[in-house]
Amino acid sequence: MLRLFSILTLYLLSLSSFAAANDINTDADSAFSTLVQQLPVTKLNKMAPLIEKIAATSAPKTRDLLQSMLNGELYYLKASKQVVIAKPNNSKGYDLTDILQDTELGAVKKSQISKLKSNNRLRGQIRDLLAQIDFTHSDQKIRLEAVKQLLNNPNKEGIASLQKLVEAEQDVAVREMMNVVLSVNQLETGAPAEKLAAALQLKGRLEPAVKNAMEKQLQALQQTDTNPELKTALNDGIGKIEQSRTVYQFIENLFFGLSLGSVLLLAAIGLAITFGVMGVINMAHGEMMMLGAYTTYVIQQSFPSLIEYSLLMAIPAAFIVSGLVGVLIERGVIRFLKGRPLETLLATFGISLILQQLVRTIFSPLNRQVTAPQWMTGSLEINPIFSLTYNRLYIILFSLTVFFALLLILKKSALGLHVRAVSQNRDMARSLSIKSSWVDAITFGLGSGIAGIAGVVLSQLTNVGPNLGQAYIIDSFLVVVFGGVGNLWGTLVAALSLGAFNKLLEPSMGPVLANIIVLVGLVLFIQKRPKGLFPQKGRAAE
Amino acid sequence: MKTLLNSPAYKKLSSLHFVVAVLFISTLYMTACNLAFTEGQLLYVSDYTISLFGKYLCYALLALAVDLVWGYCGILSLGHGAFFALGGYAMGMYLMRQIGDRGVYGNPELPDFMVFLNWTELPWYWAGSDNVLFMILMVFIGPGLLAFIFGTLAFRSRVSGVYLSIMTQAVTYALMLAFFRNEMGFGGNNGLTDFKDIFGFSLQSPDTKLALFIATSAALAIGYAISHFIVNSKMGRVVTAIRDAESRVRFVGFKPEHYKVCIFVFSSMLAGLAGALYVPQVGIINPGEFSPLNSIEMVIWVAIGGRGTLYGALIGAVVVSYAKTRFTAIMPEAWLFALGGLFVLVTLLLPKGLAGLFANLLNKIDPPAKKHSAQTAAAESK
Repeated sequence: MLRLFSILTLYLLSLSSFAAANDINTDADSAFSTLVQQLPVTKLNKMAPLIEKIAATSAPKTRDLLQSMLNGELYYLKASKQVVIAKPNNSKGYDLTDILQDTELGAVKKSQISKLKSNNRLRGQIRDLLAQIDFTHSDQKIRLEAVKQLLNNPNKEGIASLQKLVEAEQDVAVREMMNVVLSVNQLETGAPAEKLAAALQLKGRLEPAVKNAMEKQLQALQQTDTNPELKTALNDGIGKIEQSRTVYQFIENLFFGLSLGSVLLLAAIGLAITFGVMGVINMAHGEMMMLGAYTTYVIQQSFPSLIEYSLLMAIPAAFIVSGLVGVLIERGVIRFLKGRPLETLLATFGISLILQQLVRTIFSPLNRQVTAPQWMTGSLEINPIFSLTYNRLYIILFSLTVFFALLLILKKSALGLHVRAVSQNRDMARSLSIKSSWVDAITFGLGSGIAGIAGVVLSQLTNVGPNLGQAYIIDSFLVVVFGGVGNLWGTLVAALSLGAFNKLLEPSMGPVLANIIVLVGLVLFIQKRPKGLFPQKGRAAE
Repeated sequence: MKTLLNSPAYKKLSSLHFVVAVLFISTLYMTACNLAFTEGQLLYVSDYTISLFGKYLCYALLALAVDLVWGYCGILSLGHGAFFALGGYAMGMYLMRQIGDRGVYGNPELPDFMVFLNWTELPWYWAGSDNVLFMILMVFIGPGLLAFIFGTLAFRSRVSGVYLSIMTQAVTYALMLAFFRNEMGFGGNNGLTDFKDIFGFSLQSPDTKLALFIATSAALAIGYAISHFIVNSKMGRVVTAIRDAESRVRFVGFKPEHYKVCIFVFSSMLAGLAGALYVPQVGIINPGEFSPLNSIEMVIWVAIGGRGTLYGALIGAVVVSYAKTRFTAIMPEAWLFALGGLFVLVTLLLPKGLAGLFANLLNKIDPPAKKHSAQTAAAESK
């Protein structure tokens, strides 16, 4: 009888949620509002049946109400007993929204409102009710999420309602997921024959919950040692999961490696220009990245309302800041040290110390927090055990974009032509009326500016502190040397392969040892081939 | 003044005599003042000052090592901190074993950090670490072996200039990461510390500290004498020629890589010795000594003092270290500004360092070229 009732309510729920969307003043709504008005005057121990009743009205607002109650945002005005959703605002008060009319009521002080109390049991009940509502929600994503939730935290009521809903489900993905939940349930509670069917059904699923259930069953079988068929089926299923897990683990490591590699690439391409093309050793390159990262921080601090766009604003800003500092360094110091690479190394190292200390004095030596915008968070889920985080994905794409843009500038633009001309034969270039000193300054600014952009990206991955650049300087130099000085493609290959090596070695030997092995390997490689992977040939080689 | 400079007795003197004399006199003076006077008296030299100058002399020895390879052979090593630290670790291992059962865990065989890691026996590379002679040998062999392997590989494949600098930096960076690992068996992050005594004498007693100071001074004098002898020998001439025109030396029939390896290994051993003398005086060695920043600081000592002169390196090391001690005490914020500024200003305005300034002054008093200016002129061309 109870079961019949719940079927009915759920069907009604699903129907009414469609119907109610058009017609505001239905019976469900009026029942809903009378029940909601009882909330402030009901005692905590009488709350459970009331909430049950509210859910049964299946009014469209039910979900919002329950959700905000679960989040602890449901209050009522002390004076009028009006139920409201209250969210704390910036000025220590609360912004109110009427739950029935859905209208904004403005801000009030904390003393004017009172929270609708709940306890753990009540919250558990609300969660179950919400799940049931979500099973029939019109948005298939929410349905899928609710079913997944059930897979991880199974409960009797949820499974019972799923059994009713699975036939009527239209969406293939949701239906498949529902079947998985039911099969897991069958595997755990069914008769031996059903268990076998469920085990066969579940073969090829990768969800952790499925594996756990299978392992639990297998353990139970180990003790009794009956039903060999089920045993092999379970073993098969677990083996398959393990197998695809190793494959995906490898792919995931490779992906991490590529993302590390693209960070290295970003850090190194600026250097590939200043060091590779111009032949200037800039030990302050890391500090250019640090400046870029701090520029991001400053932009986020000065435009707190535009966090979503802060990175997009920071990219040109960091380019300009670091680029200008780069031009200053070139004009102020480096041009006097032309042809004395070791002196340049020392002087730029001094500059890096000064810049670090400057940042330490201005922003304090503590790390600064740079917020990630919404669109950078979250991950692209490919299957239950394999997902790619958006920030890494974007970073890979971004660094490749920067790389190709730079390649275009160097190969196709007039500036690029001049840069290459000056780096190959300064005197000849000058006699062809190229202003070599101007080209030097611009090139150095370009390389430094790109380091600044790298800093924007790094601010999303690591702490922004005065030592941010130091960690990358040795790696970036090695990338450039490994790839072959003066060869941008070499830098690309070197950065990506180093990143991948590092991350593929990491699972078996830990991050530090992997780093050491890559470093030592690089040093040995350069002994063998001092000109790197792709040495320059022809006239440019001199 | 001019007559003094022109007297035949002066002309026979070389920088070696000056340096040894200065070292001898100042060590004697400080020792005497430390022993003869007590606190409060005008001429009293405190124990603190003694150990401070002991430290500076270690730095001076290290700077000497850097100057040998950079000033005379044109190899800008950004990894001499690694040799220094390796020598220091060799000494630290010996000192660690001397603690015996006086450690926190009271294990007579294992150092504390190994007991802490639940190790039951000494790793193989700690074998012989309680033998004085063997460890003194290791102070030279450890850094020397690393320098030999790295040098042979790098110089044979003609890695030079900036590339070599970056590689040396990568090596010391890799070593730093490695020594930070607890599994390496060198105390990890904390390094080796809590030393009790050396050769049976307590490290806490002022007499031992004084003895260490004198020993460091003697080591510096001997190291200087050998270096002076090397750079003025026939081999030294070849090495200087390699610095100025490596290809020509090769064409004439020498093998530059052999000379480079020799000078590099000798220099690394000097650095190792400096580290070994440094550790008992400061009481700790940890992986921070491997950090690339340290190695670069050594280079700036030599640059400020004036490279290619040997004595310039000593002046640079002592002056910069002294400035660092004073600066970090008065305004710690400003030290990195000052150090960074020194890097820039010295490379831009004082390419020959303080020694060059000194030589210029001498030249003004007495125009004909003297020994020093001939040497610095050679150094200048690179």
